[in-house]
Amino acid sequence: MKRFTIIVALAVAVVAQNASAQTLKAVKDRGMLNCGANGTLAGFGLPDAQGKWTGLDVDFCRAIAAAVLNDADKVKFVPLSAKDRFTALQSGEVDVLARNTTWTSSRDTSLGLNFTGVNYYDGQGFMVRKSLKVNSALELNGAAICVQQGTTTELNLADYFAASKMQLKTVTFATANEAVKAYDAGRCDAYTTDASALYAERLRVANPDDHVILPEIISKEPLSPAVRHGDDQWFDIVKWTLFAMINAEELAISSKNLDEALKSSNPEIKRFVGTEGNFGEQLGLTKDWAVRIVKLVGNYGESFERNVGQGSPLKIERGLNKLWSKGGIQYAPPIR
Amino acid sequence: MSSEISASSRPAQVVFYNDPKFRSIAYQLILCAVVAFLVYGAARNAIDNLARAHIASGFGFWNDTAGFDISQTLIEYTARGSTYGRAFWVGLLNTLLVAGLGIIFATILGFVIGISRLSSNWLLAKVAGGYVETIRNLPLLLQLLFWYNAVLKALPDMRESIGIGGAFLNNRGLYLPEPIFKDGFGAVEIALLVGIVGAVAFYIWARKRQERTGQQAPVFWVAFALVIGLPLVSFVLAGFPLGFDFPKTGRFNITGGVEILPEFAALLFGLSIYTAAFIAEVVRAGILAVSRGQSEAAYSLGLRPGPTLRLIVFPQAMRVIIPPLTSQYLNLTKNSSLAVAIGYPDLVQVFTGTVLNQTGQAVEVVAITMLVYLAISLTTSLLMNIYNRRTALAER
Repeated sequence: MKRFTIIVALAVAVVAQNASAQTLKAVKDRGMLNCGANGTLAGFGLPDAQGKWTGLDVDFCRAIAAAVLNDADKVKFVPLSAKDRFTALQSGEVDVLARNTTWTSSRDTSLGLNFTGVNYYDGQGFMVRKSLKVNSALELNGAAICVQQGTTTELNLADYFAASKMQLKTVTFATANEAVKAYDAGRCDAYTTDASALYAERLRVANPDDHVILPEIISKEPLSPAVRHGDDQWFDIVKWTLFAMINAEELAISSKNLDEALKSSNPEIKRFVGTEGNFGEQLGLTKDWAVRIVKLVGNYGESFERNVGQGSPLKIERGLNKLWSKGGIQYAPPIR
Repeated sequence: MSSEISASSRPAQVVFYNDPKFRSIAYQLILCAVVAFLVYGAARNAIDNLARAHIASGFGFWNDTAGFDISQTLIEYTARGSTYGRAFWVGLLNTLLVAGLGIIFATILGFVIGISRLSSNWLLAKVAGGYVETIRNLPLLLQLLFWYNAVLKALPDMRESIGIGGAFLNNRGLYLPEPIFKDGFGAVEIALLVGIVGAVAFYIWARKRQERTGQQAPVFWVAFALVIGLPLVSFVLAGFPLGFDFPKTGRFNITGGVEILPEFAALLFGLSIYTAAFIAEVVRAGILAVSRGQSEAAYSLGLRPGPTLRLIVFPQAMRVIIPPLTSQYLNLTKNSSLAVAIGYPDLVQVFTGTVLNQTGQAVEVVAITMLVYLAISLTTSLLMNIYNRRTALAER
């Protein structure tokens, strides 16, 4: 009897082309938005003791979920370190990255990302011990400085010290947690990161009152959410979610007075709430997309005050993040 | 059944695809083709997807300015003046430094503990046993974090540095006076070289003489005099041609001298102690693998325990020890990448961390890093295999 020869055919796994314009469909099919968030930064992205995430960036993801899925809680937050965040977005692990990420030209062009609009204008600062009696960052010549890896702060730090002709000893850590812990243990004279984060991190050291934040802001850090390159529809949705939040504040529409806004005869407000025009449908959503954002999350000002402003332990001033009409630079294109 | 019989009765008539030789070659060709196709397909796919997503690719970033600082650099490196390529070499050298020193320390400690565990001294054996069982059953990352925090917390602030004879110790590191070699130090170096060559020559001569006549020579003392004494004498004769750059306290940090970072100390400490526990077990197993009759025979010939271990047991135990010892060395080298957790700038922290993030070129950076670890591991294996061949049983 002849033996049978078994030939094992190897199936070649050809990864299907990741066609563009599929993120919206994927999110809807999944019924869940995957959002890359910080996870350790109070005010921007941090789960509380009950596991409920809060923060400015977290609110932003909730707003997208509100617009797309009509449920601000249908968000899966993926905590990412600064170092891993872009890979997570590029590889499709998250649909949107809202993790206090500075918008720079190289990130925008060579990482395959699109930044969707600044949701917090920040700048880099320094925190030192009061006992050092340092009043200015320019007195830090020769200091050891703890910094988080894979951030623009790491680069600005080297630039600033080189430009000021000062010596510097950088100690780099993979996460902000480790960097702050080492600073607190006395490994470094100063800790540097975005000023907003400094206020949050100061609350975490052993004795917050022993530490002071220096007045110098040494860089521009426009923090912006980002999406993958190549899906313009999704890019538009994420971009206009932020614009809707800012426009809502400008039109004085908040989660509290939404019912009045729905009855308003002001044409701008009518376009916003969808009683006039079909701007939501143009985005691939429904007419009341902006209403859902405001109803379930709130406008930009509400989110700011609740997470980082006067309603939060951080008590950061609005500063640059005031609306353009109130002396700041937050400005959104109109909905029409 | 019937077909088999008929096939054997007509051997010349075998169809070519039933020829075993043809089949085996064909299978291998098919396998090679499939593997090559898979590799090509994966690479092609990656390149296409990167291009479609507008993610930069290629190795052009290698010569771009790095722009970030590194805390420990064995070669010249500045944030503004060096490239990503330079940062790669800095990281690689830091990895090799901690792995090399770690292997030396872990080997010494591991052998001492492994032998101690077999000691007839009850207390010593139990302490060694306790060490092995505690250390090797705790995760390495946990131990590294423990050592790092223990080092940082236990040491005083910069302003309360412990000063010992020109050296300083604080939570920023250990600062040692840096030796500066003046003119005339060359004589000392030559003396050292002569001393080493002389010691090796004396050792070979003494061994040959012992094999011939049975007479022993005081090899240790002669070698000691040649390697330590000779350079010392020339050092005095040349008029002490050595100065020191002493560390000085500045406003924030200590400047000058040689600086040993706490991150480095913690990593070296953690890796050595952890791997030593495994090496100790390897050594113990190796010694136990040598039949008891061997040492009993040595005792009955009048050898004391020391020479018995050194001359009879170890040469035989090494054959069992070397192969698993090699994998412990490889483990130590690869584990050094946990440096990332405690801020030591090794290859993974610098290159796969900051460089990857700044350039965004994950595929290239990770591929380079994997190749480097592969090269380090294969080199280590090769060296250990050469050594293993020398200690292997020589059949006469």
